[in-house]
Parts: sequence; C-alpha cells; structure tokens
Amino acid sequence: MIEIKNLHAKIEGKEILKGLSLNVNKGEIHAIMGPNGSGKSTFASILAGKEEYDVTNGSIVFCGEDLLELSTEERAWAGLFLAFQYPIEIPGVSNINFLKTAINEKREKNGHEPITAKDYMNLVREKSKLVELNAKLTSRSVNEGFSGGEKKRNEIFQMAMLNPKLSILDETDSGLDIDALRIVANGVNKLKNENNATIVITHYQRLLDYIVPDFVHVLMDGRIVKSGDKDLALKLEKNGYDWIKKENDI
Amino acid sequence: MANYTEDQLAQDLKNQEYKFGFTTDIKSDKAPKGLTEDIIKLISSKKQEPEWLLQNRLKAFKIWKSMENPNWAHVKFTEPKFQDISYYAAPKQSKKYESWEDVEPEMKETMKKLGISLEEQKRITGTNVAVDFVMDSVSVATSFQSKLKELGIIFCSFSEAVKEHPNLVKRYMGSVVPPSDNFYAALNSAVFTDGSFCYIPKGVKCPMELSTYFRINEGETGQFERTLVIADEDSYVSYLEGCTAPQRDENQLHAAVVELIAMENAEIKYSTVQNWYPGDKNGLGGIFNFVTKRGLCEKNSKISWTQVETGSAVTWKYPSCILKGDNSIGEFYSVAVTNNFQQADTGTKMIHLGKNTKSTIISKGISAGKSNNSYRGLVQIHKNAKNARNFSQCDSLLMSDECGAHTFPYIECKNKNAKIEHEATTSKIGEDQIFYCLQRGITEEKAISLIVNGYCKEILNKLPMEFAVEAQKLLTISLEGSVG
Repeated sequence: MIEIKNLHAKIEGKEILKGLSLNVNKGEIHAIMGPNGSGKSTFASILAGKEEYDVTNGSIVFCGEDLLELSTEERAWAGLFLAFQYPIEIPGVSNINFLKTAINEKREKNGHEPITAKDYMNLVREKSKLVELNAKLTSRSVNEGFSGGEKKRNEIFQMAMLNPKLSILDETDSGLDIDALRIVANGVNKLKNENNATIVITHYQRLLDYIVPDFVHVLMDGRIVKSGDKDLALKLEKNGYDWIKKENDI
Repeated sequence: MANYTEDQLAQDLKNQEYKFGFTTDIKSDKAPKGLTEDIIKLISSKKQEPEWLLQNRLKAFKIWKSMENPNWAHVKFTEPKFQDISYYAAPKQSKKYESWEDVEPEMKETMKKLGISLEEQKRITGTNVAVDFVMDSVSVATSFQSKLKELGIIFCSFSEAVKEHPNLVKRYMGSVVPPSDNFYAALNSAVFTDGSFCYIPKGVKCPMELSTYFRINEGETGQFERTLVIADEDSYVSYLEGCTAPQRDENQLHAAVVELIAMENAEIKYSTVQNWYPGDKNGLGGIFNFVTKRGLCEKNSKISWTQVETGSAVTWKYPSCILKGDNSIGEFYSVAVTNNFQQADTGTKMIHLGKNTKSTIISKGISAGKSNNSYRGLVQIHKNAKNARNFSQCDSLLMSDECGAHTFPYIECKNKNAKIEHEATTSKIGEDQIFYCLQRGITEEKAISLIVNGYCKEILNKLPMEFAVEAQKLLTISLEGSVG
C-alpha cells in the first residue's frame, strides 16, 4: 500500500525526519509511538502534503504512485486520509455540504456524475450511525462549537464518508474520555477491511487496547528505531522509552 | 440561473477576469460632455419632462455648485472631472419598445450575456422575477407589466412614471433624500436620466420579485439613476437590483439615489448585488460608486436592506432607515468584498425617531490584495425614541497581509431607555482551514469559496434564491487567487 524509504525532511532549516522507512500492506494496522518531539506529527503532515515541510531525501510510493509528486488534494483523491490531531473549524459551512463537496470533487476527478441527493443522504445516515454521531452534528458547521470528543468523532465520520485506502490517525485519542475513545475505536475497527490500511499515531498504549495493531513502531529522533507486535506497546507503557534510547545510543 | 451547476462554476473560475467587461455595439445618443444649465435643460427636454421637474433639477444644480466633494470617507481617489463626463447617453432607439419583439438583437444579446434574458423568462412559466433593464441611464425593457397591473402594482421606468403618475412622483421624490442631502445626491437630482419606479397599493403583497438591472455601456459617461419605491399601507414588496459595466481604463461615475417609503404596516425588502467593474489588477479604471440610499418607515413598518458588494473601484454608500413611526423596524445586512486596489467605505445609518423602534445591522467585510474595506455606521436614538433597540455586528475577514479592514461605528443616544449592542470581530482566512479542505480532496478554489460563503451565510440567506446563487458565484470569482 505505502512504501516509505529513507525519508528526510526539514522545517525552517531544522531536520525533523532523518531516514524514516516504513512499509504498510493492505489489511494492516500499524501503530507509531514515540516521545514528544520525535517527529510523529511531522510525519503525518508530510504524508498529507503540508507545504511547510521540505522533503530533502527519500521516497514514498503510495499505491504505485510517487506520493511526493502529488498535491495535497491529489493525495486525498488517491485515497489518503488524515484524521487531524486538532480538527479545524469552518464557520457557516455545514458538515453535510463540506463532505458532499469533497465527495463530488473526487467523483468529478474520476469522471463520475455528482452523487444524487438520495444516495448521499443514505450514506450520511449509514455512516453517522457507525460512529454514533448525532444527526444534528452532521448539519452543524464543520467542527464549530463541537466538544473535543465530537471533533474527533467527526473526523472518523469523515473518514467513513470518504472511504480512504490509507487512513492516518494523528493522536486521535488525545483529549478523549474513555467512552469517546471506545466509540472512535469502534468506528475505526468497523471501517477496517482487507483492502485498506491504517496508521495510528499515538502517545499512549491505551488506544491500542481498542484498535489492535499488527505492528508497533517506535519513532525516535526522526527514525523508526524499533518495531514489534502489540506487546512492544505494552512494554513501552511499563518501561518508558529510555531503554530504547540506550539501545540506540540516542 | 437557479440551475447553476458546479461545472459552470469551474468554467467561471477559469475565466477569473471580470466577466461582464464586454461592450455592446449599439448606436447611442450621447449629450456633449460637461455640466451646465443648458445640458440639464437638454436632458429635461429629451425626456419631455414637465416644467416642475426641470425647475427641481435646476434648483438641485445650484445646490450642487455650492457644495464640495465630501472627503471624510476612508477612501482615496482623484475627484472625477465633472466637466469631462457626458450626462446623457441612451441607446439610439429612442422610442420605448412596445414589445419584446422590437428590442434590437444586440440588446437582447447583452441581456443574455448578463444572464437576464427576458426571452427565456417569458418561456419558463413560474418565473418569479419581473425585470426593468436600465442601460446607460435609460430604461430599456420592463417585463411582466400587465400581470402586475392587474394587482394595481406600478412597476416601470422612472421616466414613464413621470409621465403616467406625476402626482406620486412629485409628492415622494426627494422626500427621503432631498437634493441638499449631500454632494452626489445633489448631482443626481440635477442630472438623473432614468431609473425604476414602483408603487404597491394598499394591502397588496407583490407576488413576484421586482428587479432592476443596471448596465453602463458607453464610455466617458456617468450613470445617474433614480429609484423610488413606495409601499402603501399593509403592502409588501421584495425588490432587487444588479449592476455591471464594461472593462475600461478610465474611471466612470455612478451616482444613484434610491428612496424607499414604507407606509403603515408595510414591508420593503431591498436587495442589491453590485458588481460594477472594479478596475484591473493594478488599480487602473473601474467605477466610482457613490450612492445615496435611504428608506422612511412609518408606523409598524419594516425596511430591510441586503447588499452584496463585490464591484467598483471605490464604493461609498450607506443604505439607511429613518424609523419615524412607532414600532418600525430597520435592517441592514451587508457583504462587501474588496480585492486588488478596490476601496469600499460602506455601512448604514439607523435613525430612531419613534417609540419601540428596532434596528439590526450585520456587516461582513472581506478584504484581499491591497484593498481597503471600511464599515461606517451611525445609530442615532432620538429623545422620543423610548425603548429603541439596536444590535450591530461588524465582522472583517482578511485574506492578505497588505489589505486593510476598518470599523467606524458612531452611536448617538438621547434616550435612557434605549438599548444598543455592538459586536465586532476581525479574523484571517486560515491556511489551516484551506489545508483541511485540501486534505479532504477539495481544491483550493472550492475551499475559498466554501469558507467565504460560510462566513457570509447569514447575509446570503437573506437574499432571494436566484440572487443568492449569483452572489455566491460572484464572491468566489472576486476572491479567486487572493489567499496569501
């Protein structure tokens, strides 16, 4: 699905990623953990195509395409989705209108007719159930006046609506109480199938009780320094990151 | 226009330069340049006006000569050379068209390009807009006249009203905006050539939107039209105006006067989509839009102004309400967009005279490029205006680092029972918002359109459906490529 090789990236002259490599196949869930400032969110932003970052070396191949050659919206059309750590508010634009525009832009790109109102409303109904999103929120302005939990749930709702191939969840668990966490995780699990993949970026093992990863990676100093299965996350929870730092001489 | 599709929007976006910048090749009858008593007499005789109107004009001209161009607005421009303007230009088909079939093909083509084909309207039943088309100061065609006549509604060009309904015109013209009101009102009162007139009789709710479409075509002319809307007791009317002009390097002057009279229990809704040519990217050319708009509210009546201002090089206008009658209501909803070198100084005046009068002001300014956008408003509560209420909200959205947004709210309150609220915000369109949209697969043009339309939603919702769609489209086109 996505093959990242030796990725180096800078922001304002400062190198944040220093040779990150990662392979994610169809049907897999990968968790990326790491201490503060290790480059986790930078990594998510670069995958999505945020312009402030300068990729200085390395390659990313996404579904056979050179991802770095694609603009942000082309990446979205190709099936890449980022659930934001801090979802953005767009006053006056209803969630429904926002997503309809997104869906139709992609359909137009692929030479399809715009979605019919009936199909669209059915889709909204079906997917909002999935993340237990109150129907009222779907017609409210995008994230405006949403609680922290509602914003995160809304991200998963958007993910469900756009049906991406690769989803990157950037600290989706931050700021969630245990019930909201469960609902968000349930949504992600229900959306999982053999043909898509998920990268979960998180600080805490807690989320991985609900979204069980196939692989856990430790990102430190701009590189993946250790990989393992879900037990690695448990070990990190118990022992912190210091032993990995020692192992890697950081 | 109601069927405007995404495809058409995309097409319009590609063509982001001013879309209405064409001229119509049509023979025109134009007065020599300059402004003298003789020119005013010429205009009056061309229009076969009664003596009283000529005298009014000459009086206004005298007043104008004694006044000076106002300089308090937050705009900079070279004063128009009033002697270099031709004060009368008319498409050279001087006779009023008897029917649609008589209208010249070039003229029909112009209207079609502007999206107001009367022909089409005639074909589609259920269309809800009657249109008066004013090109270069002269009313060209008015549709649906007979249908309106059945209800006793008068909707015609101003010249026609002078001939057919002189008593109404004589009584109300200048009653809300006297010639001495300001420099440009005086100028307009002296040289106005045409415009629209509308009278809704007692108890009649006008069943369709009444619309005037203003178009400047000729070069080196000014447009000075006059609109008078009278809503008699217990009546209702929704009135729309739209404006466009060709692309020219010179600045052209548009100085209109609009007067509204809402009698007891009447309601007037007046909507404007102003898209005069704004000048090019370097600030060359464009229309000077200096307009005086004011409404008078009698007891229990309501006047609501809604405006979407995207065009003109310089805009200077303050649609206002005089809340004379007890319990009367004034509203002002505005979106003003400035880009490149455009300047706008716009707002409203709410004059509370009667008891329990209420006014609402919601103004949304959007500045891009190197433009300047100012809100200027006056809320005045007089001694007898017991329990008067005002709510004002002024929001500014900045789209670049070089543009300016300014707010000049004035409040004068002489009654202790009055309640006045004022809120103001300034925000910048976020790169974060755009990135969020892009990540969802929404292109930058669409993203700006969504964000800006969301910001203006409260105002756009006040417009009649057909206009709202056009206004949305205009906002998008005016701001294309302006995030930085």
